[in-house]
Amino acid sequence: MSTPDIIDTLAGIKPGSALDALRAKRLQARENAQKSYLSLFEPIDAGEFSLLERAAVAAFVTGLHGESSVAAFYRDKLAASAGGAALLEAIDAEIARGKTSGPYGSFPSGPLSIESTAGLIYRVSAASKSALGTRLVAALEHAHLLVFRPRDAASSDMKALLAAGWSNTGIVTFSQLVAFLSFQVRVVSGLRTLAVANA
Amino acid sequence: MSASVNPPVAFTQDELGWVSWIEPLPEVELTERHFNGLVDRARAKSEYFRLLVRDPEVLEARTKTDKDIFYNVADGLPRAERELAAAATSRYNGCIYCASVHARFASTYSKRREDVQKLLDEGVSADLGERWNAVVKASVALASTPITFGPDNIAELRHAGLDDAEIVDVINCASFFNWANRLMLSLGEPSK
Repeated sequence: MSTPDIIDTLAGIKPGSALDALRAKRLQARENAQKSYLSLFEPIDAGEFSLLERAAVAAFVTGLHGESSVAAFYRDKLAASAGGAALLEAIDAEIARGKTSGPYGSFPSGPLSIESTAGLIYRVSAASKSALGTRLVAALEHAHLLVFRPRDAASSDMKALLAAGWSNTGIVTFSQLVAFLSFQVRVVSGLRTLAVANA
Repeated sequence: MSASVNPPVAFTQDELGWVSWIEPLPEVELTERHFNGLVDRARAKSEYFRLLVRDPEVLEARTKTDKDIFYNVADGLPRAERELAAAATSRYNGCIYCASVHARFASTYSKRREDVQKLLDEGVSADLGERWNAVVKASVALASTPITFGPDNIAELRHAGLDDAEIVDVINCASFFNWANRLMLSLGEPSK
């Protein structure tokens, strides 16, 4: 495969290392985590969710998780995307505004109500709106919801994305991208931690 | 897409349904490309998979990642504890649907239905014994944003008897459910 394994790269796993051997025990998972990355960031058809939008959402989502090799990777990807450099300042500003701790949010009314916890309801700043445009403003607000308070998601959030110009198929790919990154950043963090513990 | 669905208001091991908030593909419109994305042809009957198959390449890769992490039992964590990591992550993120499915699997494989129910009823701080506590705590640390998983979690997992291959399975299972929960929670809702 021409593209190096992203999780190995970001977790600093070297060929022949102990963690390389452990990851080889779940070869199909390893190869398909990579294929997931490729189908999201090098898709056959980016028509419903442009490559620039994918890079911008990825930089925002991974940036919200804190400084890491993963966040740096997607920030560089945005910077290298056509039109991406112009978005960096706004994305950085929105990461700084959106950072908080999760998961939080409301449970359905009933016995779980006592576990409901309030937190930041993030909205893009007025200053960033013109740089980002309608579709990305809606995307960042929804991505923040998915990162920090996924249990707050409601059908009205889908309507907001549709109203901002997202198609049904675009919403599916966008949701997969945010959810996949939530997985990837954790696998990288977990494997790095294990590597350090073994060093 | 569907109207009122009588959503559950508590965590349960009962079988739940799930309805989409946006339009799944109609079964009659599925092509070979879509069936490849579904991996299992029978999934064409599921509203959830007919929605995700709008992007068949991502769905196919995600499904194969999922199957290897959970079903490949060579040299790693027993199925019961993989399901426990999935259930604990879902309990913590608040995904009633995912928690129901994987709590049921955890009960089936462990024969510890009451302990699994305790996780659902009391939440991720429930005392389930050293080994399960370590798995649950590691899953919660991975699910938190920012991620708080650290050397203490590794030490606890090892102290509870897990080797490195098993710890990699915990990391994979818990991380994967941060993917699954976000799809299930945001694209539709569970129904009783």
